[in-house]
Amino acid sequence: MAILVGKDTRLICQGITGSAGHFHSEKCAEYGTNLVGGVTPGKGGTRTLDRPIFNTVYEARKEAGANATMIFVPPPFAADAILEAIDAGIELIVAITEGIPVLDMLRVKKALGHANGKSRLVGPNCPGVITPGACKIGIMPGHIHKPGRVGVVSKSGTLTYEAVGQLSALGIGQSSCVGIGGDPLHGTSFIDVLDLFNKDADTDAVIMIGEIGGASEIQAAEWIKANMKKPVVGFVAGQTAPKGKRMGHAGAIISGGKGTAAEKYEAMRACGIHTVLSAGEIGETLKKALR
Amino acid sequence: MNVHEYQAKELLAKFGLNIPKGKLCHTATEAEWAARSFGSESLSVVKAQIHAGGRGKGGGVKLARTPEEARDWASKIIGMQLVTPQTGHLGKKVHKVLVAQGSDIAKEYYLSFVVNREADSVGVMASTEGGMDIEEVAEKHPEKIVTANIDPTVGLMPFTVRMMCARLGFTGPLAKEFDKTLRGLFNAFMAYDCSMIEINPLAVTKDGQMQILDCKMAFDENALFRHPEIQDLRDYEEEDARELEASKFGLSYVSLEGNIGCLVNGAGLAMATMDIIKQKGGQPANFLDVGGGANQETVTQAFRIILKDAAVRGIFVNIFGGIMKCDVIANGIVAAARELGLKVPLVVRLEGTNVDLGKKILGDSGLNIIAANSMSDGAEKIVHAVR
Repeated sequence: MAILVGKDTRLICQGITGSAGHFHSEKCAEYGTNLVGGVTPGKGGTRTLDRPIFNTVYEARKEAGANATMIFVPPPFAADAILEAIDAGIELIVAITEGIPVLDMLRVKKALGHANGKSRLVGPNCPGVITPGACKIGIMPGHIHKPGRVGVVSKSGTLTYEAVGQLSALGIGQSSCVGIGGDPLHGTSFIDVLDLFNKDADTDAVIMIGEIGGASEIQAAEWIKANMKKPVVGFVAGQTAPKGKRMGHAGAIISGGKGTAAEKYEAMRACGIHTVLSAGEIGETLKKALR
Repeated sequence: MNVHEYQAKELLAKFGLNIPKGKLCHTATEAEWAARSFGSESLSVVKAQIHAGGRGKGGGVKLARTPEEARDWASKIIGMQLVTPQTGHLGKKVHKVLVAQGSDIAKEYYLSFVVNREADSVGVMASTEGGMDIEEVAEKHPEKIVTANIDPTVGLMPFTVRMMCARLGFTGPLAKEFDKTLRGLFNAFMAYDCSMIEINPLAVTKDGQMQILDCKMAFDENALFRHPEIQDLRDYEEEDARELEASKFGLSYVSLEGNIGCLVNGAGLAMATMDIIKQKGGQPANFLDVGGGANQETVTQAFRIILKDAAVRGIFVNIFGGIMKCDVIANGIVAAARELGLKVPLVVRLEGTNVDLGKKILGDSGLNIIAANSMSDGAEKIVHAVR
């Protein structure tokens, strides 16, 4: 049944009347996701994409039975939108928005802790989550995916598409693909997703795509060594990145000499992960690891 | 975003922190008058104002015993090309100096605040080894470093201050001074959406004051929308001209030292593209993420910025279209090539949304484009083409 999203997911979009929110809500619905409505404060009672718009997430949950939300709210208001979804008890919150202030995210993370696991946040600054053939929440191109038994977890959007494209071309399908986002603080970590894949009967192996900055890949490698029962292929972007420069993503920076690709690869190798240095060979490496 | 030392000190002064008197000076005469205003008995320090650490090591910070000495140092420092361990070998031109009143220092400490992404908190680090490079202290004497995490929803609690005082050896009036300093800095960190505040050194003077002698502040770019007063402090002369221009078009660009220009969508793929070029034996000239919302115009601008780098001998376009459609990129490439008269080899790899349409546009353009059918293939072709 894959992880996080499937046929029983009832999705709303916060920011459904904005141009990006509207475009991607439509694409998700076309893919087969059960989109039950959207939220735009002040536009409650009207309709879009043949679905109801609500003023609040609380109403969307109560009246449309929403259990997941996809957030396209602009950065200044995005943390508030996430907090509203937590308050309404939405189980899965996928924040696509890029550019949320770090201190806002610190407060969001504390609120998630207080919610005692009732809500899970994926992102922000991420492509979203997809269970191929069943449910797509986010901005990834649906057609490159293929239902199957390999899980993908990644900090990067297009690099995930790259890995998925290689897998599908080799005839290897995916159970679920989760983009955890490129910001320094994100709701769901590599370890959270690896744990779900580890327990998922429909996943045989996992591809983990990291990048420079922070230490979450190293923590994940240690967790894998201690707990993971399935093969993991690991890639880290930014092997040639200079120190102290932010590489596009807010979180992708080698600061104080820490967070380099080299140290992450070293930890991955030491923990039994099948590492791959070239992004062009992620699919092939997974194929070998499956043997 | 970074600011100069004198700007950071002005911001921190608003939070009740003890900062020695100082004046920003653009000429040697101004520096002399500034030093004179502190009193004839007073020492002064002439400090180059550039956005880089290690200024002292490069000769950008000098102690003056008299106002005349301050004038002489200022005339040497203003206009110099200051090279520090953080500026690169070309250094940075100094346009202004801060002339600060000298302090009678008993001991120097280190104190910094950052966002601790692993602990979801504001991390504080302090050390009794002030004035030194903290990375060096962390390596050689990790026991001399004191750390604490502050929950931003709770704030700075007295126990954190007590714990740090005990480890740093502050008692009595100095413990009170430290409490005031820590509190002021934490409040400033939160109020301005900082990503980093570093005080090095934090000085205890012989008369028992705790003073901020030098400080660095960095701000979360994503939060600048709510701090127009910080945006006003931006010094464009301190920023890389191409990076700055790229940011105007919503492009994320970092210049590197190689000769293969890269145009990619997505930060992760852009980094992985640099990596694969290196693995195939080439050297990337830049990181460039056109972003998800790029259009024909931004693609043309991206080409223009890449080609402004005289070192570029070839360009590799690597696109995996998601939100970004391949036909938009293809139209941008064709328009840029026509407008700019592309004279270097161009390798294009397109994949994803509307890929067939994109390939057709490139094919019909009559341009001399080397098509690649995968990321590895493209990297090999561009490395071969620039040899």
